[in-house]
Amino acid sequence: MLILFLLIPILTAIVLLFIKKNTLASPTAITASLATLALAVFASFNKVEAFDMAWLPSLNSRFTLEADGLAKILILLTSISLPAIFIATAKNQYKQKNIFLSLLLFTQAGLMGVFLAGDALLFYFFWELALIPVYFLCSIWGGEKRIVITFKFFIYTFLGSLFMLIGILFLNAHTAEHSFSMQAFIHANLTDGQKITAFALFFIAFAIKMPIFPLHTWQPDTYEQSPTAVTMVMSAVMVKMGLYGILRWLLPLFPAAFAAHTHVVVFLSVVGILYASFIAIRQDDIKRLIAYSSIAHIGLMNAAIFTTTGIGIQGALIQLFSHGINVLGLWIIADILEQQTGTRSMQQMGGLAKKQPTLAILLVGFALANIAMPLTNAFVGEFLMFNGLFILNPWIAAFAGISVVLAAIYTLNMVQKVAYGEISEKINNMPAPNKAAQTVLIILLIIVFVTGVYPQPLFTLTADTLQQLLAK
Amino acid sequence: MALMKILVAFIILWPLAGFLLNGLGRNYWSKKVIAYKATGYIVASFIASIFAFLYVQDHGAVTVHYFDFIHTASLTIPFDFKVDALSSLFLLVITGVGSLIHLYSKAYMQEESSPHYARYFAYLNLFIFSMLLLVLGDNYIIMFMGWEGVGLCSYLLIGYWFSNGSYNYAAKKAFIMNRIGDLGFLLAIFWLIAKLGTVSYNEVLTAESLAKLSNADITGITLLLFVGAMGKSAQIPLFTWLPDAMAGPTPVSALIHAATMVTAGIYMITRSNILFSHSEITQNIVAIIGISTALLAATIAIKQNDIKKVLAYSTVSQLGYMFLGLGVGAYSGAVFHVITHAFFKALLFLGAGSVIHALHHEQDIRKMGGLKSKLPITHITFLIGCIAIAGVPPFSGFFSKDEILAAAFEKNKIYWVLGLVGAAMTAFYMFRLYATTFLGKFRGSNEQEAHLHESPLAMTLPLIILAILSAVGGAIGIPEIMGGHHWLASQLSTIVSTPHEASLTVSTEWILMGVSVAIVATSLLIALSKYSKQTDEEPSSAIGKFFYHKWYIDELYQKAIIEPLNEFSLFLKEFIEKKVIDGAVNGTGKLVQFSARKVRLIQNGQAGYYILFMVVGIITLFLIWFNDIYILRFIHTLTQK
Repeated sequence: MLILFLLIPILTAIVLLFIKKNTLASPTAITASLATLALAVFASFNKVEAFDMAWLPSLNSRFTLEADGLAKILILLTSISLPAIFIATAKNQYKQKNIFLSLLLFTQAGLMGVFLAGDALLFYFFWELALIPVYFLCSIWGGEKRIVITFKFFIYTFLGSLFMLIGILFLNAHTAEHSFSMQAFIHANLTDGQKITAFALFFIAFAIKMPIFPLHTWQPDTYEQSPTAVTMVMSAVMVKMGLYGILRWLLPLFPAAFAAHTHVVVFLSVVGILYASFIAIRQDDIKRLIAYSSIAHIGLMNAAIFTTTGIGIQGALIQLFSHGINVLGLWIIADILEQQTGTRSMQQMGGLAKKQPTLAILLVGFALANIAMPLTNAFVGEFLMFNGLFILNPWIAAFAGISVVLAAIYTLNMVQKVAYGEISEKINNMPAPNKAAQTVLIILLIIVFVTGVYPQPLFTLTADTLQQLLAK
Repeated sequence: MALMKILVAFIILWPLAGFLLNGLGRNYWSKKVIAYKATGYIVASFIASIFAFLYVQDHGAVTVHYFDFIHTASLTIPFDFKVDALSSLFLLVITGVGSLIHLYSKAYMQEESSPHYARYFAYLNLFIFSMLLLVLGDNYIIMFMGWEGVGLCSYLLIGYWFSNGSYNYAAKKAFIMNRIGDLGFLLAIFWLIAKLGTVSYNEVLTAESLAKLSNADITGITLLLFVGAMGKSAQIPLFTWLPDAMAGPTPVSALIHAATMVTAGIYMITRSNILFSHSEITQNIVAIIGISTALLAATIAIKQNDIKKVLAYSTVSQLGYMFLGLGVGAYSGAVFHVITHAFFKALLFLGAGSVIHALHHEQDIRKMGGLKSKLPITHITFLIGCIAIAGVPPFSGFFSKDEILAAAFEKNKIYWVLGLVGAAMTAFYMFRLYATTFLGKFRGSNEQEAHLHESPLAMTLPLIILAILSAVGGAIGIPEIMGGHHWLASQLSTIVSTPHEASLTVSTEWILMGVSVAIVATSLLIALSKYSKQTDEEPSSAIGKFFYHKWYIDELYQKAIIEPLNEFSLFLKEFIEKKVIDGAVNGTGKLVQFSARKVRLIQNGQAGYYILFMVVGIITLFLIWFNDIYILRFIHTLTQK
C-alpha cells in the first residue's frame, strides 16, 4: 500500500495538467489529498508491509519503501497538510491554477518518497523531486522579488543536494556490493576520518534544508516571496526533510562522528535559536515573523536531536508533527490576512478581534501553541527537548531557555498588533470571513489541544524509531 | 477512591465546561443565562470541594490517577491529582471566593454587550480551571500547566478591553514577566528530572530523594523554584506587572491579582517546603526578598492616589510578608496569611469596585470623599477590610500577620523590626485610603453626586460575606497562648516538614503582640486624623516624589533592559543579518552569476538558471543511469588515493 502514497499524488498531478477549469481543479486536488489522508491515518495505526521492487539494477539500487514510526508521523503530517492547504487556499486566485496545484502534488509525492525511501539513491531522487516543483512554484507564482529570491533558494538547496549526492556516492563506493541500501551503508567500510567526511557531506545538505544558522538566510526571503500555499508546504513539511535526514541517515550511519559533533552543532543551533528569536521581535511583516519564529523552533529540534539523549530525541520526534500543525495554522491565518487586507505589514492591521472575532480567537489559539503553552501540543515536545538539552548541559538549556521568553515577546506582539487595538482601515475593509479556511483552522486547533492533553498516540507511533535509534 | 475520582473530575471539569459553553455560545445566550451558568459551575465546584475537603478530614490524603500525560522509556508523568490538607484548603478558597466574585461580576459587568459578557465569564471560568490544576496536580508538571494557565487567563483578563493599547501593553507585560519566572520553574523541573527521574510529589518530597540530592542541587532547585514564585507572586525584581494588571476589570483584580493567582508562589513553596527547609541560603534569600518587597511596595502605596493602585501595591506588600513567613520557616503562618488575605483583599477590591461603579469609573481618591453615607454597605464592609488588613485584633489579619512576625522575631530580630515598620505603613496607607474615600466631603462633580447609589445585591452580598470572613477568619488559627488550638497548623502538620514550634515564652509573645498593636493603632489614628479632612497634594519633597513615581523602577527597566534588547534585536536584524550573513551569501551568488556570464552559459534572465539546473540534473542522471561504471570508477580512484 505504501506505493499508493506516491501514485495517488503523481497520477492526480498528471490528470490536473489537463483540467483547465478552475472550478474542477481545486476539488480534484482536494479529493486526491483527502484520499491520501485516509490512507495515512490507516497506516498510522496499522502495520504496513514494505514495498520493494528492482529499480536500477546496474547500480544495485532498489525501489524500497518502508514505514517505521518516524516515516509514519511525517507521512501523516504531509497528508494532513496538503488537504488543509488546498481547502484553506481554495479561494485564492492563481493564474493557471491547475498547474499550480499539479506542482504542489508533485512536491507531495516527492516528500512522501523522501520519508519512505529505504534506499539512498531513491532518497536522493525524491529529495530532488520534492524540490524542483517548488523552484517553479516560487519563480512563477511568487512575489515581486521572486526571481532573485528563488535563485538564492535554488543555489543554496542545489549546493546542499550536491553535497549529499557526493556523500551518497562516496558511501556507495565503500559498501561491499556497491549497494545503496540502508543496511549496506551502515556496514560500509570506512576509516574514522572518512566517516567524518561523509558525515559532513550529509550534514551540510540537511543543515541547509532546515536551516541552521548561519545557513538560514534563504528561508525568510523564500517564505516571504513564495505564494503562501507553497510557503505552507515548505514550512510545515519540507523543512522536516532536513531533520528527517538527520534522524534517518546521519545518526544511524555515523553514531561516533555524530557524538563527536554534539557540542558544536548544539551550540550553533542554540545561537541560531536566540538569533532568530531576537530578529523575530523586530519584524513587521507577518510572514517574515513566522519565518524567523520557525527557524528558532527548528533549531531547537535539531539541538535536541544532537543531544543524543533519549528524552531529547523523543521530544523532537513528536515535535516534527506538532510544529508542522502549528506553523501551518499560523501560515493559513497569515494568508487569510494578506488576501483580505492586501498587506502583510502588521502595523497596518489591528482590531481584528472586533472585525472577525473567530479568526482572532484562532490566531490566539495558534499563538499559544507557538509559545508552547502547556496543554498545547508544542509544550510536550518542547518540554522533552529542553529536558534533553538540560541533561546534556544545564547552562546550554538555560541559555536556550531564554527563547521561551523571547517567543512570548514576539508572538504576543503579533497578537497585539493584529488582533487588538482599534480597527484599522485595512482590517475594516476585510470581506466576509473565509469559512472554509476557518474550518480547517478549527480542525487543526483541535489537533493542537487533543495531542497537547493526550500525546500518548504520538509516543506510541514513534516508539519503534526511538528504540532503534537508542539501540545504536 | 472511585468516589474521589469522580469528585475531583467534577471539581476540575465544571469550570472547564463553563469556559467552553460560554466561549462557544457567546453569541447565542442572554446575559442572564451566561452569568448564571458561569457562576453555577463554580458554585457546583465549590460544593464538590467541600465534600472533597470533608473526605480528606476523615480519610487522609488521596491521590487519583486518570491517565499518563507523558509515558516514555525514561520518563513517566502521570495525570494525577492530589487532595490533601493543603490542596483541599486552597480548593475551598479558590472556589469559595471564586463563586462570590462570579456573583459580583454578574452585576458589575452589566454594561458589556452579551458576547463580551460571555467572553469575560469564559475567561474567569478558565482561570478557575487553571488554578485548580495548579493546586490539585500531584506533580510539578501539572502544577506548571496550571501555573502557565493562570498566567494566560491573567493576560486575557488584563487585556479584556482590548481596544485600549495601554491595557494590552499591561497584559503583555504581565505575561512576559511571568514567563521569565516560568523559565526558572521549568529549569528547576529539569533539574529534578535529571537527578531523580521523576516530578511526582510523593517521590520527590521524601527523605530518600533528599539523600540523592547534594546541597548544591537543593539550593539550585529551590532558588529556581523561587524565581518562578517571584514572577507569579510579584516579588522583587519581577513585581512591576502587578500594579499595571489593574487595567483589568475590578473583580478580576480581586480574584486573580489579590486572592488566588498571586498566592500560587506561596502554595508552590509550601508544597516543596522539605526542599526549602534544607537550604539555608535559599531560605535567607526568600526572607530578604520578601521583607524588601513588603517595605518597597508599602512606601509606594502611601503615595498613590488611584484606589486600585493603592490596593495593588498593598497586595505586593502583603505577598512580601508571606514570603518572609516562608523564608523564616513559618509555612503554616504563610498559608494562614494567604487565606485571611484572600478574604480581606478580595473584600477591599470588590469594595473599591463598588465605589468605582457608583462613581462611573472614577478611580482617583482625591475626587471621592464623603461616601460613608451614600454607600453604607460598601462603607462598613470596606472599613472591616481595612481593619483586618491593618492587623487590629481580633480581626483576621492580626492573627496571621502576628504569626509571621513572631516567627521572624525568632529567626532574626531585624526581620521583626522591619516587619513592624511595614505593618505601620500598612495601617497608614489603608486608613489614608479609607479616610480619603469615605470621610470628609464629596469632592467629585455634582452630576456624579446626583447619581451616587449603593450597588445592587449581587454586589453587596459578596461584600457582606467577605466582611464576615475577614472579621472572624482568624479563628482558624488562634494561637495557643490565647487559648486556641491553632486548627490550621494542626491541619498542615502532615505537609509542613518542620511545623513551626513556638519556642518563645508566653510573656515574650504577649509583648510582641502588644508592641505591634500599639504601633498599628498609632499609625492608623494618625492617618485617620490627617486624611478625614484633606487629601494629598502632588508630592513636593524628593523622597515623596521618589515614592510617588514608584522608585522609578519601570523607567529603570525600560532604560536598562528593554531598550538595549530592542537595539540589540535591531542590530542583529539590520546589520548582522542583512549586511554580514546575507552580504556574504549574495556576494557568493553574484560571483557565481558573474562567472556564469563569463562563460556565456546564460545570456539573459533567470530562466537561464533553470535551464542550467536542468542540464546539470539531466547530465547527472544520465551519467548515473547509463554510465554508472564511469562515475563509480572515478569515485573509486578518488577515494583510493
